[in-house]
Amino acid sequence: MNLKLRVWRQRSAAEKGKMVTYEVTDVSPDMSFLEMLDVLNEQLILNGEDPVSFDHDCREGICGSCGVMINGRAHGNGLFDSHPQTATCQLHMRSFKDGDTIDVEPWRATAFPLIKDLAVDRSALDRIIQAGGYISAPTGTAPEAHSILVAKKDSDAAFDAATCIGCGACVAACPNASSMLFTSSKVVHLGLMPQGQPERNDRVVNMIHQQDLEGFGGCTNIGECSVSCPKGISMENISRLNHDLLGALRAGARPKS
Amino acid sequence: MEPNFGAVVTVTNSGQRRTPKVAKTSSVAKKAVMAVSGIILVLYLIAHMVGNLKLFAGAETFNGYSEWIRRIGEPAVPGQTVLWIIRVVLLVAVVAHAWAAVSLWRQAKRARPQQYVARKAVAQSYASRTMRWGGVILALFIVYHILDLTLGVANPEGHDSTPYDRAVAGFSNPFITAVYVVALLALGFHLRHGIWSATQTLGQSNRTRERTVNAFATVFAVVLTAGFLIPPLSVLVGIIE
Amino acid sequence: MALELFTVGEPIADTKAPTDVPIGERWSERRFRAKLVNPANRRKLTVIVVGTGLAGGAAAATLGEAGYKVKSFWYQDSPRRAHSVAAQGGINAAKNYRNDGDSVHRLFYDTVKGGDFRARENNVHRLAEVSTAIIDQCVAQGVPFAREYGGLLDNRSFGGTQVSRTFYARGQTGQQLLYGAYQALERQMAAGTVEQHARTEMLDLIVVDGKARGIVARNLITGEISTHFADAVVLATGGYSNVFYLSTNAKGSNATAIWRAHKRGALFANPCYTQIHPTCIPVHGEYQSKLTLMSESLRNDGRVWVPKERGDTRDPRQIPEAERDYYLERIYPSFGNLVPRDIASRQAKNVCDEGRGVGPNGLGVYLDFAEAIGRLGRPAIEAKYGNLFDMYAQITGEDPYEVPMRIYPAVHYTMGGLWVDYDLQSTIPGLFVIGEANFSDHGANRLGASALMQGLADGYFVLPNTINDYLASGPFDKVDDTNPAAIEALEGVRAQTERLLSINGNRTTASFHRELGRLMFDLCGMERSEESLRKALDRIPEIRQEFWTNVRVPGEAGRFNQSLEHAGRVADFIELAELMCVDALHRNESCGGHFRAESQTPDGEALRDDENYAYVAAWEWTPEGVPPVLHKEDLEFEYVHLAQRSYK
Repeated sequence: MNLKLRVWRQRSAAEKGKMVTYEVTDVSPDMSFLEMLDVLNEQLILNGEDPVSFDHDCREGICGSCGVMINGRAHGNGLFDSHPQTATCQLHMRSFKDGDTIDVEPWRATAFPLIKDLAVDRSALDRIIQAGGYISAPTGTAPEAHSILVAKKDSDAAFDAATCIGCGACVAACPNASSMLFTSSKVVHLGLMPQGQPERNDRVVNMIHQQDLEGFGGCTNIGECSVSCPKGISMENISRLNHDLLGALRAGARPKS
Repeated sequence: MEPNFGAVVTVTNSGQRRTPKVAKTSSVAKKAVMAVSGIILVLYLIAHMVGNLKLFAGAETFNGYSEWIRRIGEPAVPGQTVLWIIRVVLLVAVVAHAWAAVSLWRQAKRARPQQYVARKAVAQSYASRTMRWGGVILALFIVYHILDLTLGVANPEGHDSTPYDRAVAGFSNPFITAVYVVALLALGFHLRHGIWSATQTLGQSNRTRERTVNAFATVFAVVLTAGFLIPPLSVLVGIIE
Repeated sequence: MALELFTVGEPIADTKAPTDVPIGERWSERRFRAKLVNPANRRKLTVIVVGTGLAGGAAAATLGEAGYKVKSFWYQDSPRRAHSVAAQGGINAAKNYRNDGDSVHRLFYDTVKGGDFRARENNVHRLAEVSTAIIDQCVAQGVPFAREYGGLLDNRSFGGTQVSRTFYARGQTGQQLLYGAYQALERQMAAGTVEQHARTEMLDLIVVDGKARGIVARNLITGEISTHFADAVVLATGGYSNVFYLSTNAKGSNATAIWRAHKRGALFANPCYTQIHPTCIPVHGEYQSKLTLMSESLRNDGRVWVPKERGDTRDPRQIPEAERDYYLERIYPSFGNLVPRDIASRQAKNVCDEGRGVGPNGLGVYLDFAEAIGRLGRPAIEAKYGNLFDMYAQITGEDPYEVPMRIYPAVHYTMGGLWVDYDLQSTIPGLFVIGEANFSDHGANRLGASALMQGLADGYFVLPNTINDYLASGPFDKVDDTNPAAIEALEGVRAQTERLLSINGNRTTASFHRELGRLMFDLCGMERSEESLRKALDRIPEIRQEFWTNVRVPGEAGRFNQSLEHAGRVADFIELAELMCVDALHRNESCGGHFRAESQTPDGEALRDDENYAYVAAWEWTPEGVPPVLHKEDLEFEYVHLAQRSYK
């Protein structure tokens, strides 16, 4: 099939960007969206033009590197009834029709400065983890694994939250550019485990503080995040985070300066 | 070459990393302020709506009711004490609600200065999309409403009339009623998202409760809005004269 | 053997394992004999760790916790992207929670046997010993392993073993283990013990006075090429499956770090040992950019079959039981569908070569869950494999609950890598190599759920103990940008970058990569012969020649330039491919993943030649035109007796 792509081109954060139109021909329905961009890039290189930069790595929907706005939707999630929520690399061209026009843009948020074209810097998410998204268990200190029992229900719920791949789609999709779904997934994952209890209050307070420092917006519970998330992380996590945070603040936990 | 370990070094393109403005109050704390103040306002609205329905009981009952509001607590406390306490609490709640809203609104604007060329909402409802401008409409409406029916300065009957006369005179005018209808519909949408959002913000929602909370928010918003709409529309069509 | 291919140099041997004590005591004895570094002195010692997967992330975090100054480098935007994230099935540990006869010795035995007797016993035994502590460590970090209703950890069985020793987190075990290491690493970054270098790719090793003292790296955002110095360098940069272009590795996975270290003097061991994973989604088109693995755990419940008749194109559901060939169950009655990966892959290739393959191009076999769904019910299958089934449906557009999956082998893991001793130190003092990047533990074939085990063993428990012995003699003399070795390395990287950008030919890097990959899969893939390998060795130099005269790399050096990154990696893959073929050709026996057509039993099984090939082939790099030098490390089997592997 033949498609018209309108792709955001911007050489660097310092330069101005714009949408540029490309015609892509002979697209196979079995191609992934990124393979379609590969084909475009090979054409561009041979034509002496600058190929489109975009982050990608595992191409099986788990590393969280890829992610672009497709027709106004993060990873294209929500555009197609038949297609489950995935990362961009797992969106296949069979979801589109011959003659479609597809708009492709980068994640847009102050906290995600643009690098080039569709690639942005998401290290803000790492710094949120640095603020407390861990359990302090230095190597060698661990007790025998079966000395810690975890109810299956909690373990399963923790796993559901822990499946977040840190792609940033929640931020991209949020009208407020909030990273609340990302942050909550880690707070809930660790907060549901017995091992995570000692640091539970400090963790949530510090992670939220860092989230604000990074320049993300505040959550207004709209829900675009959850329907854009490749892992379908639930809004329930945000409520749980809020519960933890308010409890922690009442208990006197304050962010490290 | 001696490495510098004084600070955590993030070696991503450091040139483009801005120094973010220090967030003094956590965005979640602001949201909690918004939720709690919203709940106070909602409780007041319930009482307000019930009181309004007394218009159907006639001028004497309605005027008597509004007179009673001024005397609550007497003789234990001097006249109008409770009324003023209510007014102060409401004022604080409105100011806090608006402060939190404006602050988060500005934070959201700073968080995405450059908008998408193409954007498509899927989860966003009309209610959630109109929270902010709806809130602005409501704020303006509250000012007008106090001038109209509380102080009476903006009312056709003037400030020395009875509450019942002011209500009937105002709502007999289709333009005034239209203003109220628009504002009350905005209130309905505001409540629809606000109740759900407050439940989330206060950490009281979960996967099993989510549907119930949303259904309750819808029903509550409809009932309250309807309760408020009935008296003005009844005046307009002549059921109340 | 034609001598012009290579020359034979001095043999090498590991000297660090204390072989004077029984194997079960060697690891504790080694830790006892190794020199220690006083905590106060650790602050004065710097260690570079390249890569943030299970091995690199765990090592950098642990060294940071120990008090060393660590500099961590990764090419992705976040340490959490490392390709360990994609491992699905699980991680082995000899916990014997099932009381099914498991033990450290059995895990050791299974791994040596599974590796077809081409691994070093001492390293494998240590791996088995350390395996239990890994589970403890990960649980303490909050890794949400699958659990039973009583709150205990769940286990499952995996290919090549008859016990249930695999711990898992649904089909995302690698992701969860990696996040555990990543979080520990981020914690150290916040604590200031680990300096972070995101999107920075190592492009050369700096060797001063025979010791590894730093790296040359390119900041992928700004394009700046700079030097970084340390007292020791740890490479945890993964495997080289992307030589084959189509593999289950991430697109960015590359051999550049280990290859450049090899060119600086580190021996490269067993490059031809590559693992072809049996359960991947078949190739569907020319433009395809990568292959997707479906966890081997699927073989616990799925049954592998092809039609008995060749050219049977009926809908699989219409083919009656009597006309199906469940060939793994038929040929290997005791292990059935759970035979090791190399065997499952080769049998799939055999049935496809017979013309009984299924799917559009005849390169596929069925993996059928109808029986399991009937026996356990669909909800049970969903709970176990839901995410894998969803992934399959997304990629192929077919519903595996209704139609049998189609699978075909794909390159997945490389057992070969830089040669290391028992301390995981390469032949360059101060250069340590951990995880998939080294050659050490899996011999000629890796068992399922052992890669995660090895990566974390190396990163959490082995390297942080053994590196002390080397660092105890530091801090070494200061090295800076004025050192001739640093200048030479830096200039070399700059020159190569400029050269790539200046060719401006007519072919894209990807087209060379695809050509190389197809050639390697066809001629040095699941089955190799002297004829195929000689053909490959004729062709690869031509590809290299054309690459360096006709590639077109657009853009500039001083900017974010993904085409330039790819070109540098492919240039190294071309050189490595040649060494892989030389190694495969010289090893005139079949073992594990290395199957030589000339060396098989009458019923088509791999036939080892222990008499002549029970050694590690460690290759020394030589400049173009000079044949590489082979150094042999003889393998001794004291505890597991050499035997023909049998899974029948």
